[in-house]
Amino acid sequence: MRISLFIACYNDTLFPDTGKAVVRVLERLGHTVDFNPAQTCCGQMHWNTGYTREAVPIIRHFLEVYREAEVICIPSSSCVAMIRDHYPKAAEESGDAKFAEEVESLLPRVFEFSELLVRYLRVEDAGAAFAHKVTYHASCHSLRSLGLGDIPLRLLRNVRGLELLPLDDVDRCCGFGGTFAIKNADVSSAMLEDKIESVLKSGAEVCTAVDNSCLLHLFGGLHRRRLPVRTAHLAEILACTSEGAGQ
Amino acid sequence: MTPAREPILTRIRTGLGRPGSSEPDTLAAGLSALPRGYRTCANLPARLREELFIERLRDYGVEVATVPASTVAGAAAVRLAARQARSIVFPAGFPAAWLPGEFNMLEGDLLRPEELDRVDAVLTGCTVAIAETGTIVLQTGPAQGPRRLSLIPDYHLCIVQASQLVQTVPEALEKLDPTATLPTTFISGPSATSDIEMTRVRGVHGPRALEVILTGAQEESPRLDEAV
Amino acid sequence: MTASFPAAARELLRNAQLRRNVAHATDVIRHKRDRVVEEREDWQELRDAGSAIRQHVLENLDSYLLQFEEACSAAGGQVHWARDAAEANRIALAILSSREVREVIKIKSMTTEEIGLNAALEARGISAIETDLAELIVQLGHDVPSHIVVPALHKNRQQIRELFLREMGLDQLGDTAEDLTAAARAWLRRRFLTARAAISGANFLIAETGGVAIVESEGNGRMCLTLPPLLITIAGIEKVIPSFRDLEVFLQTLPRSATGERMNPYNSIWTGTTGADGPQEFHVILLDNGRSRILADSESRQTLKCIRCGACQNVCPVYRQTGGHAYGSVYGGPIGAILTPQLHNLEQGASLPYASSLCGACYEVCPVKIDIPEVLIHLRSEIVAREQHTIGGMLGPWNLGMQAAARIFASGERMETAQKLGRAIQRPFAGTSGTIESLPFLLSGWTQSRDLRPIPQESFRAWWARRGKEES
Repeated sequence: MRISLFIACYNDTLFPDTGKAVVRVLERLGHTVDFNPAQTCCGQMHWNTGYTREAVPIIRHFLEVYREAEVICIPSSSCVAMIRDHYPKAAEESGDAKFAEEVESLLPRVFEFSELLVRYLRVEDAGAAFAHKVTYHASCHSLRSLGLGDIPLRLLRNVRGLELLPLDDVDRCCGFGGTFAIKNADVSSAMLEDKIESVLKSGAEVCTAVDNSCLLHLFGGLHRRRLPVRTAHLAEILACTSEGAGQ
Repeated sequence: MTPAREPILTRIRTGLGRPGSSEPDTLAAGLSALPRGYRTCANLPARLREELFIERLRDYGVEVATVPASTVAGAAAVRLAARQARSIVFPAGFPAAWLPGEFNMLEGDLLRPEELDRVDAVLTGCTVAIAETGTIVLQTGPAQGPRRLSLIPDYHLCIVQASQLVQTVPEALEKLDPTATLPTTFISGPSATSDIEMTRVRGVHGPRALEVILTGAQEESPRLDEAV
Repeated sequence: MTASFPAAARELLRNAQLRRNVAHATDVIRHKRDRVVEEREDWQELRDAGSAIRQHVLENLDSYLLQFEEACSAAGGQVHWARDAAEANRIALAILSSREVREVIKIKSMTTEEIGLNAALEARGISAIETDLAELIVQLGHDVPSHIVVPALHKNRQQIRELFLREMGLDQLGDTAEDLTAAARAWLRRRFLTARAAISGANFLIAETGGVAIVESEGNGRMCLTLPPLLITIAGIEKVIPSFRDLEVFLQTLPRSATGERMNPYNSIWTGTTGADGPQEFHVILLDNGRSRILADSESRQTLKCIRCGACQNVCPVYRQTGGHAYGSVYGGPIGAILTPQLHNLEQGASLPYASSLCGACYEVCPVKIDIPEVLIHLRSEIVAREQHTIGGMLGPWNLGMQAAARIFASGERMETAQKLGRAIQRPFAGTSGTIESLPFLLSGWTQSRDLRPIPQESFRAWWARRGKEES
C-alpha cells in the first residue's frame, strides 16, 4: 500500500528520527511511503491560540497537498485531533462548499501512526525488539479526541524484550498544551513536575508516547533535572529490531 | 416592579435572531423530539428491587427493617425505644395502625418550629421511594405533614410500603407528576457534609438519623426487631 | 478582577498546603464520581438528553421564562426581572427593607456570589448569614470560595477550628470534622428558628409548573426554604427546564457529577406558596447580568447549559495546581475560564481562556456536554481579533510571531528556509550539555523549568531528499 506521510512541522524540524522510524516500520511491513515536500503544518498552533483566521490558509494548504493521497499517516495525535475536530468547523465558517467537501473527503483518509497500524493495517506485532523498561504516556488528544484506548499498548506488548510498566494518573495532562506552556509557564511547569514524579515512580528507563509534543515537554523537564529517563516516540521503539538499532 | 422584563425578553429574542417567541406547537414538537435514550422503566422483579433499595439505604448508613403490615407499630416501637425517644410526633393522616400505643405521641402538623426543636423523633410515611438511589420522597399532605415536621426533629423514621417503591428515578418522577406542585422533598440518607477535608460527617442540620421500615415486601426479615 | 491568571497562579503555586488540599479534595470527588457514573450503563444517553434539553431551553429561553413566570405567579409567587447585578440587589433590598428585615439566612448560591449580594445587603445594614457549612467557613474567615461544590476545600481542620473558636466565641472545641460540624449545627440552629427571611439560588426553575428545585446535602437548604415567612430566590435566566419530569435526567446526572453520590441527601422542589407549609411570601428574581449576551453568540451559547456541578474542576489538571482563587471570580476551573470572561464581555478575565492546556478532560465529564475546549478556542479567537484592532496588539510579540509562522507555513520551501535560519539563530543559546537552557523574551517561560532540544543538523525533509538522491 502507498502511504502518504504527514510528518508534522515540529517533528520535521526537531524530531527527524521519529519520521525516519515511521518510514522504517511501514517499509518493513511492506508498504511504500510517500513524502510530499510541499507539506508544512496542520494549523493547530494558530487555531488553538486563537489565530483561527491565520490558520485557514494553512488548513487549505494541507488539503491541497493531500488531495490525491490514499491514506495519510501522521505520527502526532494532536495534529490528527486538529484535523478531525476543527477542520470541519473551519470549513463551515468559511461558507465555502468546496472547502467543506474537501474536508469531508480528507477525514476518512487520516490516521494517527498507531491507529493506522492496528485499526487500518491490522498489525499488532510490528516485529520490533527493544529490551528496556518502558512506560507509556497517553497524550490527551490520543486519549480523548482519537479514542485510541489501548492501541499503543497492544503494539508495545508485542515488542520483544520490552517490559511495559504502568504510569500513575495516565489520563492526566503533562502540562504542555502548546502555547499554554509559555503563556502559563508556572502552572505548566507544576503539571510537568507531577508527571515526572509519575514517570519516575513507574521505574521506566524510557517514556514513550504517540505525540512528540508531550515528549518534548517531558524531555525538557527530565533533562533540566538531569534525570536518566529517556523519551522516545512509539515509532522509534517499533523501528528497533533484534538485528540492530532502529536508526 | 418589573421594568426589566421587556428589555430582557427583547435581548433574548434579538440574540436568538427572531422577533417573537416560538409558536407553542413548535416548542412542544421540539421538546418531544429530544433524544431520550436513557432507561425509563424497571428491569428488576419486585424482590430484587426491594433488595436493591435496602442495600442502597444501608450505603447511606440508614437501617431498614422489612416487616408485615401487621407489625409496623411493633417495629416502630422497637426503634423508638432504642433511640430513647420520649417526645414523638407524627403527621395528620398517619395510619393509626402504625402508631405504637405505648409511647406518648402527638400529631405535629400545627407545631411551631421552636416546639418541634424540642421533639426527639418523627414518624412519617412517604409518596414514592426509589430503589436505585435509596431515596424516599415526601410531599406535603396526609401521613407526611408539612416539610418542617420531618426536618427539625433529630430522628426520622419513615414507613415505606412496598407498593410505593419504584426502581428508577424516571419512574418516580412519573408517579409524582400529578402532584408535582406540592412541596416535595427527596431524602437520600441522613443530612451529611463533606465540607471539611472531604471527611463525610452524617447529620448536619437535618435529622442526624434516618431509618426506614419497609412493609408489604416480598421477603420479610424483621431485622430491627431482632436487634433488641 | 485584580491579577491575570498567570500572575495569580504564580502566587498560589507557592502555597503547598492549599495545593495539597485541592489535590486531595478533587481526587476524592473524582474517584467517587467515576464509581457512580460507571454503574450507569445509560450514562452517555443521560448526557445526550441533558445536553439536548438544556440546548432546547436556551433556543427557546423567552418562551420558557414566560411559562415559568405565569405558572409561578399563579401559584402565589412573585416574579421579578433584573438586567444586572445592581438591579437584582436593589430588588432584594427593597423587599427586605419593606418588611424591616435586619438579618437573612442564605443557602449557598453561586448567583448571589456573582452579584455580590451579601456586600450590598451589609451596606444597607442587613446581615446575611451563610448556612452551608463550607460557605459559613468562608464567610467567617472573610474569605472567598475556591470551588463550586466544596467552597472551603482550601481550608483544613486546624484552620477551621481556630476560625470557629474565634468567630463563634467558643471556649473549647475539638478538631475532628464531627466536632466542627456539631459546632456549626448548634450555632446555626437558633438562627434557623428565628430568621424572618431567607435567600436562595436555584438549581432548576420548572417552566411547566412554576416550581423551583434546590439540591443540597446538609439540610440547611430545607431550613431556609421552609422556616422563615419570607423567601427570595435569585436565579440566572438560564436555569429553567421545560417540565417537572425533565428532572429525571438532571437528578441522575447532577448528584453523580457534583459529589459522586447516586443522590444527594436532599432535593427540595416547591411551587409558589403552600398554605401553612413554608413561607407565606415568595419572590423569584430572574437575573440576566450578561447571560443574554452569551446567548446571542451561537458558538459560546452552550456555556449556559451549565448546571454548576463542578465536575470539570475536579478533573482539570490546571485547577488541580491552583485551586479556584486563581480564576479571580466566583466561577473557577474550566467553566469559570469560559463563563467569567463572557459575563464581563471580555473586559475582565481575558487571560482566563488561556488558562487551559486544552486537554479535554472537562468536556469528557460534563453532564450536559459543554465542549469547553471549543468555547475556549472561540474566546481566544475573539481576544486575538480584538487585539489585532489595536496598534499595540498588532505589533505585539505574539501577533508578530504568529503572522511570521503563518507565512512560513505557506509553503514547503519557506519551511526549509526557516529551519536553516532557526539552526543558525539557536547557536548562541546552546548550553554546555547539548540542549538550550535559557531563551529570551516570550520563550523564557519554557526554559524557566525545561531544557529545549536544539534543532538537529538535518531536518526530516532534508533527510528524505538526500535518501531519494542516494537511492536514485
